[in-house]
Amino acid sequence: MKLAIQTKDFSFTYPKTKEATLKGINIPIYANKVTALIGPSGCGKSTLLRSCNRIHDVYPGNLYDGEILLYDNNGEKAENILQYKKENDLINLRQRIGMIFQKPTPFPMSIKDNITYGLKLSGIKNKTELLDRAEIALKGAALWEEVKDRLNNSAMGLSGGQQQRLCIARAVALKPQVLLFDEPTSALDPISTASIEELISELKNELTVLIVTHNMQQASRISDYTGFMYLGDLVEYDVTETIFLNPKEKKTEDYITGRFG
Amino acid sequence: MNRLLLNKIVITLSTLAALIGISFLLWILITLSIRGYHSIDWHIFTTDLVNNGLRNVIIGQFILAGIATVIGVPVGMMAGIYLREYGINSKFSMIVRNLSDVMMSAPSIVIGIFVYGIFVVPFGGFNGWAGVIALAILMIPIVVSTTDSMLSLVPQELREAGIALGASKAQVIYKIVLSAAKIGLITGVLLAFARVIGETAPLLFTSANNNFFSFGLSNQYPSLTVSIYHLALFPSQTSQNLAWAGSAILTLLVLFINLITRFIFKPRKQK
Repeated sequence: MKLAIQTKDFSFTYPKTKEATLKGINIPIYANKVTALIGPSGCGKSTLLRSCNRIHDVYPGNLYDGEILLYDNNGEKAENILQYKKENDLINLRQRIGMIFQKPTPFPMSIKDNITYGLKLSGIKNKTELLDRAEIALKGAALWEEVKDRLNNSAMGLSGGQQQRLCIARAVALKPQVLLFDEPTSALDPISTASIEELISELKNELTVLIVTHNMQQASRISDYTGFMYLGDLVEYDVTETIFLNPKEKKTEDYITGRFG
Repeated sequence: MNRLLLNKIVITLSTLAALIGISFLLWILITLSIRGYHSIDWHIFTTDLVNNGLRNVIIGQFILAGIATVIGVPVGMMAGIYLREYGINSKFSMIVRNLSDVMMSAPSIVIGIFVYGIFVVPFGGFNGWAGVIALAILMIPIVVSTTDSMLSLVPQELREAGIALGASKAQVIYKIVLSAAKIGLITGVLLAFARVIGETAPLLFTSANNNFFSFGLSNQYPSLTVSIYHLALFPSQTSQNLAWAGSAILTLLVLFINLITRFIFKPRKQK
């Protein structure tokens, strides 16, 4: 099986805190699979997710330690993304690893401009190509039928679920290798949630998904692998079925059966 | 004491206070309307001060405030962007933010005197540019403060979403953050403009006044507010009527700008 990302003894410390938030994490993220990170609030799962595209770097003073290896499409050559120093390297990294946030984040511009924003940044100027890519991305996010007649309307007029699918389409348009989802459905109603989950399951044909979720049913429904985190440690990592039906660690079992968390 | 009684007393007192506040405002508006109505005629808008008209001073006021806006808005906005987006927690930006707040409440006559010392005395006399600079100085802290607070209303996730798509910090600020804060920023500019267009003190000993129509900012320059000041003091009925007309026009102007800003801001609140 091909690897997409592999962390090696990865530790992370926020500024002005003494204790590390993540302590020596080793987790493989396999290509074209969905990996879910679960755990109680404050366990560090979002911190780990946000390290993978170095979005932490928006704020100064964070401390990374260890390695996060990002593999190429063949799963052979790997680069340690923590070594990137120049803004250009980080920009390239973020075009390879997209991110979807908890709250939908449409930009205050038209639906079309939202989708083409990242494409324009990556250097595509040809208008027909931009429109084609936008159409493919919107179709991929199951949004095309709903918005094809109002591509020039503001994206702010869409419903929450549509906005979130727009954000996914916006990220997918760049053809990233990996998509990071930070609790993408926690602000959405059940129907929108179902459509996003379906979308994630389809996306893994083309890319790798790493998702943080508070919802254990969601993790069991959509993920192939699951990591359970607690207090900055990766307590257990395995095939999703094993984690939910046959966990090895007592802590994992307590959490998924609802005894704490 | 009976709670219901106390309630009634408080309601009565606060209603009374509200009435006092609004009655002075109405008094001003009514007086201005009556006096202004009798003094305003078409002649005022077609002739200059030298012929007992206000054309040159109204246009002069707009030119002074307009150029001040062209200088003050970019400077103020860039400073506001720096404070909120770049130097957010730095000591330097704390100092700048506090100083800017102090500047905002600085009496405008002090700014007038300062500019008099810097741009009038060394250049040998009153000139329009000095008036422009005084108004711009007055305007900058207002724009800094509204920019700062409007940008703080833009959710952090929006910035992160831009960065996560591979945008640089500057691209995020200029394409996403500013456009998300657009309505608030325009409102801030209009309010700052409304503030400086009614200012007298900063112009009194900078641009002074001029009876004739002029585009020459290096000489004494006509302005409505300073004209009102001089006309009101001049012991002749014609001059004083003209002062009333000018005051009414100025008040309507400021009222109009404020109403526009309300109108712009409204649709956003309803969303």
